[in-house]
Amino acid sequence: MAKKSNSFQIVAHITFIFLSICVIVPFVLLVVSSITSETSLVKYGYGFFPREVDFTAYKFLLVDSHSVIRGYGVSILVTVIGTLINLILTVSFAYPLSRKDLPGRNFFSFFLFFTMLFNGGLVPTYIMWTQTFHIKNTIWALIVPNLLMTAFYVIMVRTYFTTNVPDAIIEAARIDGAGELRILVQIILPISMPIMATIGLLVALGYWNDWLNGLYYVSSDKYYSIQVLLNKMLLNTEKIKKAAASGVNAGKVPSVSLKMAVAVMGALPIMIIYPFFQKYFVKGITIGAVKG
Amino acid sequence: MKTNGKLIGTSKDKYLRYLPLYLMMIPGCIYLIINNYIPMAGVVIAFKKYNFKTGIFGSPFIGFDNFKFLFQTKDAWTITRNTLCYNLVFIVLGTVIAIIVAILLYEITSERYKKFYQTVILLPFLISIVVVSYLVYAFLSADTGFINKGIMKALGLDPVSWYTTPKYWPVILSVVYLWKSFGYNCILYYSTLVGIDKGYYESAEIDGANRWQKVLHITLPCLKPTISILVLMSISKIFYSDFGLFYQVPLNQGALFDVTNTIDTYVYRGLVQLNNIGMSAAASLYQAFVGFVLVVVANMIVRKYDNESALF
Repeated sequence: MAKKSNSFQIVAHITFIFLSICVIVPFVLLVVSSITSETSLVKYGYGFFPREVDFTAYKFLLVDSHSVIRGYGVSILVTVIGTLINLILTVSFAYPLSRKDLPGRNFFSFFLFFTMLFNGGLVPTYIMWTQTFHIKNTIWALIVPNLLMTAFYVIMVRTYFTTNVPDAIIEAARIDGAGELRILVQIILPISMPIMATIGLLVALGYWNDWLNGLYYVSSDKYYSIQVLLNKMLLNTEKIKKAAASGVNAGKVPSVSLKMAVAVMGALPIMIIYPFFQKYFVKGITIGAVKG
Repeated sequence: MKTNGKLIGTSKDKYLRYLPLYLMMIPGCIYLIINNYIPMAGVVIAFKKYNFKTGIFGSPFIGFDNFKFLFQTKDAWTITRNTLCYNLVFIVLGTVIAIIVAILLYEITSERYKKFYQTVILLPFLISIVVVSYLVYAFLSADTGFINKGIMKALGLDPVSWYTTPKYWPVILSVVYLWKSFGYNCILYYSTLVGIDKGYYESAEIDGANRWQKVLHITLPCLKPTISILVLMSISKIFYSDFGLFYQVPLNQGALFDVTNTIDTYVYRGLVQLNNIGMSAAASLYQAFVGFVLVVVANMIVRKYDNESALF
């Protein structure tokens, strides 16, 4: 078998080496540029070989300014709180839906499902959150709108419960006098850890990468998550100088290399964590595809 | 079986028994009502002259005036064209590339390499679009970008002001989209490939089929249901665009709006930057309405084709 498929194998490997290079090369450009001196960047542009290695940009970001550190803090806080609440809401909605005997189950399924078919769009949503709930420039602006519960994930979890949790277990637990909440927490959740990990990871990724809520509802740099900070820094050159140099002479800010350094800071956490959780990401995508 | 006696009670007992389950759903229901259903009711704003003081429901009705104004502008055509055309290109190229890559991944026998390649190609999908916009900037910046300073200079060509020249952007945005999403789409098709019965390939081999014949006569037919469903699902979302790709990657540059403005970016700019709430709401409802019709139609087709995979 191995002999027969040799040429095909080689084609496949060459293609994947090419694709891997395509994926990695932009990141190399980013990292190398971030550690190249400002004068060399101005003269020769961003490149793959650092002519003069220089960590000034990182010094500005981490020592002279607190915006990146603060951005990390906001991002971590939002991701942790958001993911926790999301999982609680998801599970407590998915479990009743997974119970075939629940009266009105179809109504609740449709109630959930319809949110995937139609949405009010940005304008009414924006007006509601800002005029009615006054969410603008609060930490809740980054947590609550849109991301707190996703119909698609609820359906994934419900499907997992219906296919992997035998009715007999629930029935047996009830005979033993366990309440519904106890059945969910002590019996169903422990055997559903794979799906919880997968959904949790996808939700956390969604929170970490989210910048739209920040773009819509946050204008005070107090609540800039790392992604919002990145967004503002690229679209607004003045912002980068201000953010980097509180108290430093604005002319001295290495804004060309700083842009790359701040992007590295934005990409780094995912790139460090990702290889360890690769399995779960792939699983999450696959489960989502099966019951899309 | 013993419990059957207990299950049948008066209907009051029955609901009492399920009360804890209903209670569990209350927080989720409240969230859906606020986050999804109130904005759905709020679409009436598209038929009103919005007044900040009186709010959505207190503003006066003006019928279809907002839509009339919207469709009288050149923008309505531009954003519809851009949204549709980009999505068509994305669907066609994205699907073809994802299938080819998935088949090649399936062919690789070494588990270690397979896992490595899988890990690498999925990486762009996990990186936020904001970081992607920096990667693009590192290549395209007029003064310091790698393409102008590195490649064009070495080739003796004049530098191009990428961020103000619209004609390049359809290609740039397509490349960025494919770069970011091909790994994800590949995994979707790959998971179907893994499920194909190995027996088909073995018997084909006995019959003397070569690799290409196997791909053509076994792999592609087995992928057909997945392809149809994923493509139909993308078509149902053809009126929606990735806001970040069209707003952040071109750095919100006005010179590029002709080729980067989609319905989503138009709605955002109308609302936040231009304060043109009526037209923005009209465009948004136009998108939601056509999108809804497309989802329902796409689902009807999927259900006819393969009942199992239908969304509803």
